[in-house]
Amino acid sequence: MQPSEHLFRHEAGRMVATLTRIFGTHNLALAEDVVQDAFCRAFEVWKLRGVPENPSAWLMATAKNRAIDALRRERTARIFEPELSRLIRSEWTLAPAVEELFATGAVKDDLLRMMFSCCHPRLPEESQISLMLNILCGFSVDEVAGAFVSTHAAIEKRMSRAKKVLAGSKRIFDVSADSEFSSRLPAVQRALYLLFNEGYHGASAESAVRADLCHEAIRLTTVLLEHPIAATPTTYALAALMHLHAARLPGRIDASGHLSSMFDQDRSRWDSNLVADGQRFLDLSATGPDLTEYHVEAAIAWVHATAISTRETDWQRIVSLYELLMTIRPSPVVALNRAIAIGQHEGAARGLEEIQAITDRDRLATYPFYFAALGEFEFRRKSYDLAQEQFSNALRVARNPMEKEFFQRRISAINKHGNKACSAV
Amino acid sequence: MSEYVFLYRGGEAGRSPERVQQSMQKWMAWFKELGQKGHVKDQGQPLERAGKLVKGKQKTVTDGPFAEAKDVVGGYTLIEARDLEQAVELSKGCPILEVDGGVEVRPVMKLNM
Repeated sequence: MQPSEHLFRHEAGRMVATLTRIFGTHNLALAEDVVQDAFCRAFEVWKLRGVPENPSAWLMATAKNRAIDALRRERTARIFEPELSRLIRSEWTLAPAVEELFATGAVKDDLLRMMFSCCHPRLPEESQISLMLNILCGFSVDEVAGAFVSTHAAIEKRMSRAKKVLAGSKRIFDVSADSEFSSRLPAVQRALYLLFNEGYHGASAESAVRADLCHEAIRLTTVLLEHPIAATPTTYALAALMHLHAARLPGRIDASGHLSSMFDQDRSRWDSNLVADGQRFLDLSATGPDLTEYHVEAAIAWVHATAISTRETDWQRIVSLYELLMTIRPSPVVALNRAIAIGQHEGAARGLEEIQAITDRDRLATYPFYFAALGEFEFRRKSYDLAQEQFSNALRVARNPMEKEFFQRRISAINKHGNKACSAV
Repeated sequence: MSEYVFLYRGGEAGRSPERVQQSMQKWMAWFKELGQKGHVKDQGQPLERAGKLVKGKQKTVTDGPFAEAKDVVGGYTLIEARDLEQAVELSKGCPILEVDGGVEVRPVMKLNM
């Protein structure tokens, strides 16, 4: 049989989480070694003998045996929980104790516990996301660096600092402690949101990497939804926005592999199943008194995902949703999106006016789509030279070859129009 | 048709889970192709990298590994091929070659020569 897609990545998260619960967060590296070892064995055996019926169970059982070996080897050299230390001292109790720690019920919430552990309040958000990718999603340092368009050295440094903080917390997060749980939940939601955004809007050139990040964020959000106290209306809103955005992922790259603007995407390539899921989550999100940025962004994504075309989109509604979002979580990018929606609704001149009225728009100077929006509206009012100039600015700050290529194509399209206009005169 | 043993030497699984998965999928694809063309007599067995070496009249027992890590045999497969040349050609598709490993191709001696 074929292993399911990303089997090792996903199992890595579960296995490291379980082993870290057993060994303690200060022994995270030992947990990672045990998992690596189990993967090597799986690779050696499976490549010749084929993948077993239940690969997840096989891997977990191997990890358990390796854990027993590791505890036997390290019982004097390392510090473990007092209770565990007592049990592993004797051969009589070592194996049964580990057996019990691996029992199905005990393993159930490990991923969730680890997710909360990664969102330690002493860690900056980017470290929380890096940790999640590394520990829960099995991304190597190089793969995390690829996702964030950063260097191996920078991510390595960020990760080792973060792991020190994690190790300092000694125990894996206790998800049954109600007050701590609800106070850390927003940080977990935020980290998942940022992880998704990194995939959806991030600078990484490779579309495969970006789709992976989106899918990982969705997978971890689903883990939250499976846990009654984590499945709040806000978590549903977060799930809704991810699904509604992800539905449009297949349309973002056109048939020839080029980046495609939402205005000319082939909407038949959008994923209707994901739209349906998103809609269901959106309904479930509307049950409490909370109105978060996730609710509003999900509502915006829903308007886009269910519109037949750009022209038929309810831009008025989108404008008011962005205005609402500005009151909850204001940012220049939100202001820009609001201005773009106004331009769609009331014409290019109004769009430009609104962009120019953004108070802190100097903060958008490195954001290529700021210039692209200006260029697009200039183009629509037939100011081809200005449009040209703005797209050149966009090109200058483009973050990857795909964006560069997109702006270059826009520039040559405008060129053609410009020439036509001249010859008509 | 004659029989050949492929001995797989060295070669790393890869450090990241995704790399392990990719390597494994390559192995599976390679075996599938060999199997479809009727070259796989026995898919063989993986071997632990460590063991014991018993040697000489004194029957001295030492701990393995028995070679440099990069040369340790990690498994074998029994292959059917027309001749050594074809067996060598078949071994060139082995994914272990992409990770600095090697395939030793050894003809099985025939009973009736």
